[in-house]
Parts: sequence; C-alpha cells; structure tokens
Amino acid sequence: MLTTIEHVDRVNDFVIKLANVNGTGSASANTLLMKTVFRMGVPVVGKNYFPSNIQGMPTWYEIRVTKDNYMARSGRVDIMVAMNAETYAKDIREVSSGGYLLYDSSWPRPTLLKRDDITLLGVPLAQMCNDHFQGVRARILLKNIMYSGVLGALLNLDINIMKALLGESYGAKKSLLDANVKALEMGFNYAKDQLNCKLPMQVRAMDNTKGHVMIDGNTTAALGCLYAGATVGAWYPITPSTSLMDAFKSFCSKWRVDAQTGERHYAVIQAEDELSAIGMVIGASWNGARAFTPTSGPGISLMGEFVGLAYYAEIPAVIFDVQRVGPSTGMPTRTQQCDLLTAAYASHGDTKHVLLFPANPEESFYLAAQSFDLAERLQTPVFVMLDLDIGMNDWMCADLKWDDHFKPDRGKVMNKDDLEKIDKFWRYYDHDGDGIPYRTLPGVHKKGAFFTRGSGHNQYGGYTEDSKDYQIVVDRLKRKFDTAKKLVPKAIMHGKGDNKLGVLSVGSCDGAVREAIDVLKRRGQHVDYLRVRAFPFGEEVEAFLKSHEQIFVIEQNRDAQLKSLLILETAVEKSKLHSILHYSGLPIPASFVVDGISKVLEDEELMRALGLV
Amino acid sequence: MSFINKPKVAKLNLPRNELGLTRRDYEGAMSTLCAGCGHDSVTAAIIEAVWDLSIAPEQLAKLSGIGCSSKTTAYFVSGAHGFNSVHGRMPSIASGASAANRALYYLGVSGDGDSLSIGYGQLAHAIRRNVNMLYICENNGVYGLTKGQFSAAADIGSVTKKDEANKQSPIDPALTALSLGGSFVARSFSGDKQQLVPLIKAGLKHKGFALIDVLSPCVTFNDHEGSTKSYAYIREHFEEAVHADYVPLRKAITADYKAGNDMQVALHDGSYIRLHKVDESYDPRNRAHAMEYLRAKQRSGEYVTGLLYVDPDSKDFHDVNETTKRPLNQLPYEQLVPGNQALDKILSRYR
Repeated sequence: MLTTIEHVDRVNDFVIKLANVNGTGSASANTLLMKTVFRMGVPVVGKNYFPSNIQGMPTWYEIRVTKDNYMARSGRVDIMVAMNAETYAKDIREVSSGGYLLYDSSWPRPTLLKRDDITLLGVPLAQMCNDHFQGVRARILLKNIMYSGVLGALLNLDINIMKALLGESYGAKKSLLDANVKALEMGFNYAKDQLNCKLPMQVRAMDNTKGHVMIDGNTTAALGCLYAGATVGAWYPITPSTSLMDAFKSFCSKWRVDAQTGERHYAVIQAEDELSAIGMVIGASWNGARAFTPTSGPGISLMGEFVGLAYYAEIPAVIFDVQRVGPSTGMPTRTQQCDLLTAAYASHGDTKHVLLFPANPEESFYLAAQSFDLAERLQTPVFVMLDLDIGMNDWMCADLKWDDHFKPDRGKVMNKDDLEKIDKFWRYYDHDGDGIPYRTLPGVHKKGAFFTRGSGHNQYGGYTEDSKDYQIVVDRLKRKFDTAKKLVPKAIMHGKGDNKLGVLSVGSCDGAVREAIDVLKRRGQHVDYLRVRAFPFGEEVEAFLKSHEQIFVIEQNRDAQLKSLLILETAVEKSKLHSILHYSGLPIPASFVVDGISKVLEDEELMRALGLV
Repeated sequence: MSFINKPKVAKLNLPRNELGLTRRDYEGAMSTLCAGCGHDSVTAAIIEAVWDLSIAPEQLAKLSGIGCSSKTTAYFVSGAHGFNSVHGRMPSIASGASAANRALYYLGVSGDGDSLSIGYGQLAHAIRRNVNMLYICENNGVYGLTKGQFSAAADIGSVTKKDEANKQSPIDPALTALSLGGSFVARSFSGDKQQLVPLIKAGLKHKGFALIDVLSPCVTFNDHEGSTKSYAYIREHFEEAVHADYVPLRKAITADYKAGNDMQVALHDGSYIRLHKVDESYDPRNRAHAMEYLRAKQRSGEYVTGLLYVDPDSKDFHDVNETTKRPLNQLPYEQLVPGNQALDKILSRYR
C-alpha cells in the first residue's frame, strides 16, 4: 500500500478520475472539465489511460487540480466518476479514504458495492438523457456533458466558462450547442437541487495560469520541427507517435504553403514501414534538407540497420522516439522509458548515439528544435526521447517563445566557393581536431563529389579494407562523440549540491521527483536532484555522481536502463546507485518516489551500512 | 578485375558533348567485378547515355543498395555524388533525396537480389510513389557476392552450377512495375548497347519512376548450360517488341523506321521518345496489353525487351505532393520559420 501524500485541505488540490468506455465521446467532457479549471486560473494536468482499441474497452482520465503546480500523478483519487459498470468494482477500490464516487443511478441495482469510508453520489444520468434527448448516439454523448455539469456544481466550477468552452467547440452548429448546454445545465441543476454540494474538494479561482497553455508534447515537438526549418518528414504510423506527424502536417498546411501558388514548402511522406521512413530521412539529410521521423520502440528496432549507416557514413538524422511499453508490441497505449539502451547503442557494430531527454511538452519544443542543430553540427543521428506521457497528455506549460534572431547551425558544409578554393575534398578527414569532418551536398560542385558508403572507408572517403585506415576513422568517430558531450544540453541541478544524498532522474519522471523532494523536505529530509537532459553525459553529471555519497536513480523501466548507462559511461561506483523503478505503464506518481526514497532513509540498518548515519 | 585503370590523360579529337566534356569525364573508379561481367557493359552504357545527354556530372546522384550490381555506381561518373546504402533499401534513400532536391537526376542501380527479395517492398512503394528516378535492375538470377545462390528472379527449372534446379516461380521486375502502376517499364540486355543506351537516356528524361530490367549474365555463377540467364540462353530467347530512340530537343530526326510501326512519345521537357514496334501488334501505351503480352512470352521462355510501357503524362511524387518548384533544400530558413508572433497565434488554441 502506498503512503498517501499529506494535504492540509482539498481546495484546488485534488484528483478526479473518470472511468468510461472508449469510443463513447468522453474525451470532450474530459477536456471541458480540465480547461474550465485552467481558465479559472488554477493549475491542472490531465492523464489519459486509454486502451489499444477504438471502441468498447475501458478508458480512464485523471484530472489533477494542483494549486502548487505539480505536474505528476499524485497517487490518490478524490472523486471517481464511475461510468463503466465493467470496471466499477476496481474503480471503487481506488478511491482514497474520504473521497467520493459518482455513479449513474438510472437503473435500480439489487446490491450496490459500497465502502464505509467514501461517499457515493447517484445521479440518474441515462434516465435524464433518455427523457430529454433523441437518438442513441446523442444520448450517449450528452451523458458525458451531463456529468460534467454535475461535477461543475459539486466542485464549484464556473458554469459560464463551461458554456463558453462548449460554444468554442460547437459554435458553428447551433442545435448541437443547444443540446450540449442543456445537458450541462441539467446536470448542474440536478446536483444543486438534489445533492449536498459541500464537498471538501472545491475549485476556487486563482491567477496562476496566465502565460501558460495546456498542450501535449507531440504537438510541441512538431512545432519544434516547424521552427527548426525541417522540410522533409517521413514516417510510418505507430502509437503513440502518430499525432506528432499529424500536428506537423497540420502546421505546415497553414504556415508552409505559398499563398499565391498553393505550392508546399515541405514534404511529408507516409512510408511503407519504419525501415523506409528512416531511409528517406537519411536520403533527404544527405541532400541537405532538415529531415525527421517520429516513431516508437518497435520502429526503433526496425530502423537499427539504417541508424548504423547514418552513424558510420556521418549523415544527420532526427528521430523522435515516443516511448511506449515493451517488450515486443507490449502495451502500445501505456507509457515507459524503456528504449534508453536500445537508442543509445542502436545498430550492430560499435555505435553510440546522441539522445535528448525532454521532461515535458515545453522542453520537447526547445529540444526538438535543438536536435536539428546537433544532428547537422555532429553529422549523426540524434534521438529525441519522448514518452507517451509527455507526447499524448495535456500538460500545463509556460508559453513557448521563439527568438526571431535565431540562425540555425547547419554544421560544416562546404559550399561552391569553398570547393573552388581547395585542391581535393577529403570527406572523413579531421581538419579541426574536434572529430567532425566537412561534408558536401550533391549538385553543388563536382569537386565535392564522393561516395557515401556503409562499408569500410578511409579518412579521404575511399573504400578500404586496410586495418589502419579503418581504425583512423572509427577512432575519430569516438573523438566526435567526446565533442558531443560539450554540445548537448546540460543536466539541470536542484539543490545546493551540499547534500550527501542525491537523486538523479530523466524525462517525464521530473514532476514526480520534484514533488517528492518537496514532501521529503517537509519531513526534514534533504537531497540534491540532477535531471540529465542528454546522452552522452557531460562533465556536470560526472561531478554530481562524484560529489554525492549515495544516489537514487529514478526511471520508468524494469531494467534500470539509465543506471546501466551511468555505470557504462561514467566513472561512478556501481554500489552508490540505488534504483527506484516504476514500470506499470502508468506515469510515475509522486507518492511512488516518496515511498521509494523513504524506505531507504527509514531503514536504520541500511543507512548505517551506507555510512549515512 | 576486368580492366586496369586508365590514366586520365586528355586525348585529342575525342568527341565532346554540349558541356565540352568527353566520355572520359564520365568515367568512374576501376571496376572490381569479374572479367566479362554483364554489369560492366551496363556501366559503359550509362556513361555513354549520361555523356550524350550532356548532364553535368554533379547534377547526377548515383544510388545503390548492396551486391555486385550496387558496387557499379562507383565505376561511372566520379564527378557525381554516390550513395551505396544498405541491402534492398536504396529506393527509400532515393525517395528522401528526391524529396529534398527535385532538381537532380537520380540514377539507382540495383540487382535482382537487392530488388526482388530483401528490397521488394521498397521497390514496390517507390514505383507507387512514382519517384522521379531511373532504376536499373541488373538481373542475373543469382547472388554473386555470396557465391551463387538463386535469386527470386531465377526461372523454374534453371539450374545452378552445383546442378540444383530452381522450383519456385520467378519474380519478373517488369511485370511487377506494370502491375503497380509503373510509368516507364523497359527490359534490355547488357550485351545490346544499341538497345540499352537510348533506354537509359529516355529513362533519365522520363518524369517519374523509370524501371529498366537489364538481363546481365553472371559469368562466374550463372553462365553455364541449364541457366536461363546465361549469355547463350538470352541471345537465343531475346525478343525485341519495341525499339526506342531518345530524341532530345533541337536534334533532327534521323531514324528511318517503317511507317505504321512508329510512334512518338513527347516528354515533359519537349524532348521525345521515338518508338519502333518490331511486333506490329504490340501497344506500349496499353498497360493491360503489355502485361498480357509479357505473360504469354514468359510462358514460352522468351524475354520480351525494349520499352514495354510508357506513360509520359504520369504525375510524379512532387506533382502529387504539390511541392514548390524550388528544391526544398534550397529554401532559405527565413521562408520556413513562421516567427514568434505566429507562435503566439498558434498557442491561442491551447488556452
């Protein structure tokens, strides 16, 4: 049983969980509720737990109202909206003590599963929908809006904001809008008249969401590609990465089409598979366009061979890995950070790749844009490691900003004039001592022509089977990877660095870790926290590992992949690292991190053994 | 190796093309294939065609996969960028390269192993996408680099050097292209330069995916009795249905074909292909007819050659995508980025 995180009151600080059947239109009600809270100025975050299915399977949505702006799951459920009879028994068990459960009381039940420590609220939703609306589909859809109205009254939501949001969604279709508003008001009024609306969970207007948006990380990554100047996107549909290319296409159709001629300043190619998608990215990058592909774990496995070619032939490529639960097909609609090792060493032979780890949709915008600079500067594949939680859930983020003076770093590309001046072009020669050679693009000058190949080559670009010539090139590639350490985004430190205990984590664990550290602080336990943002690890990671006596490594996979990378790629002593591993497929909650760390801190024997007391 | 490297010394009186370049300017590295390999003849035909079309070397991009055939892109036009990619995946490299820069000529060289087994899916989808490129499949029925296993192009009953007979039905690249909507489908023989050179020219000038299946015997592993891809067998069963001549813009027509069997096919840039039907009944504009004809001849063990099908008005990838005329890789960054103000506008949807 998890320790619940203590809270003093529940105003602007609680979790609603909505249990539904997928394909019944519950998503619009989820958005309506979440956006209402957001527009009332109260920080909020939504997590969607949906099935790999189109219609008929259970689906849940969690809305956390969080005045302190905590972006992770808290680990508790204060109000359960139990609309799926099939999962009712499971759903009622999940409600935290003192919580509420809202159910549809249209049908008399011989026995209703109850709990002594929670309050059940019955509303005849289906009955009211059947009495007031026509058509099976409309009745199903409007039931969602009706329970939103009930929640509006129970939680003190601003009904005018709710109506305004419905207006934005259905404004164009008056009859649809009228029906939605009617359903909303029916639910609202029923709750006002029939239920005791003095719940401890209340939303009270604040002013803490200005300058923020509610957005998912696939959308912001797509924006990053748009702003980085990517012109070629190749992809094969795969959950949970599909919406990244959908978003890119939609942004391009608005911002990349010539107003006069209708001509497109981009090409999006739906490939026949991931092998082809990455091939297209490599072909386009070889030709000097900024190109990318979004995919997920199974796609990364398929791309392995080509990734090795791009590494060895030194061709830029940007790959978004929106990680989902593996192994194999795994659970496609659940989240994990399980491709760290696969991506870091993708492909046969000695290969190492640059990985970037955004923690939220805001950072996924900036790192997506930066990934193209890094790929071209380093002439190598760069993986942007998102996960389903970042990619597909709506997070509250500070407004994204773009510096209009930004100039992309296109790396060492020789133009026509450069080539005129030289005698001979040597493709893989280290002129500058940073391990990065110069490249040329097809079509520019015949002096720049060379033969790109995945087979053995010497530093001049010629074919070789000579041991020494081969080693000169692969040793330089290693030096290039050292250069990468200095170019990738630095890890972010929280704390003064003077604590004996450290916490090291990555990506979407960030929200849970930061919240957990606050909880521990209130208990008088202090730790420093480092969040790595890239692989290879920079000097600051090495320094953190050195200066802390014991370090908790928190990540979302079974096999401690981040810890493995640290052991392999830094000088850290293995015995200093303690894993806290969350791999259920749901985003890591703050309570899990608190429990994981406390278990060690409260074990006196262990603490003595570790030399911490 | 089939020949020694010739020193690049300018000889007087060598014919020059419109760019003032000689054939020597279109040569590549020394071939490392076996002496007598059909592929070296294809290389020579490519050099002749590219030279005669006066394509500047750097305006050509040479792409290949893995295998004996794929090595040959190093043996011609050393002034062009080359890309020897991974096995069977050249079409995706070509698709991406062409998407990024529509202004270059893309010439892919592959083999029957690279194209019809590991790369069959990519070949099929490049045809469907109608990528603007010439794809030459050097077809010898065997895997040469791994020493003589059957490829998917081997005919039923054809025997290996070790006297094993193939029992699986062959994949015909030309029929494949026809069935997938290929807009230019041809077959030729490495030993027939007269036929092959004009086909390569027409294929390079065709807007869309041009496939030439070139029967190209493997002298080491598949040139024995019992093979259906040997020099002897092909010469005996070679049947030209349509002879094509590529006629560039501005050049006078000099061919002297019989009236009635001749037709002209205009290409997008004003040049055209002049076709001479050797078999009067053949219709290279009729896909269904072409497929039926090829199937019938295949049943009797004949190789139908020539320009088998052409649709000069087909829409290529960029037509369908409505890509801007200026190559994507040459668009200035300022034209691609919407700016901070636009970002604010975009974000308003998410409040």
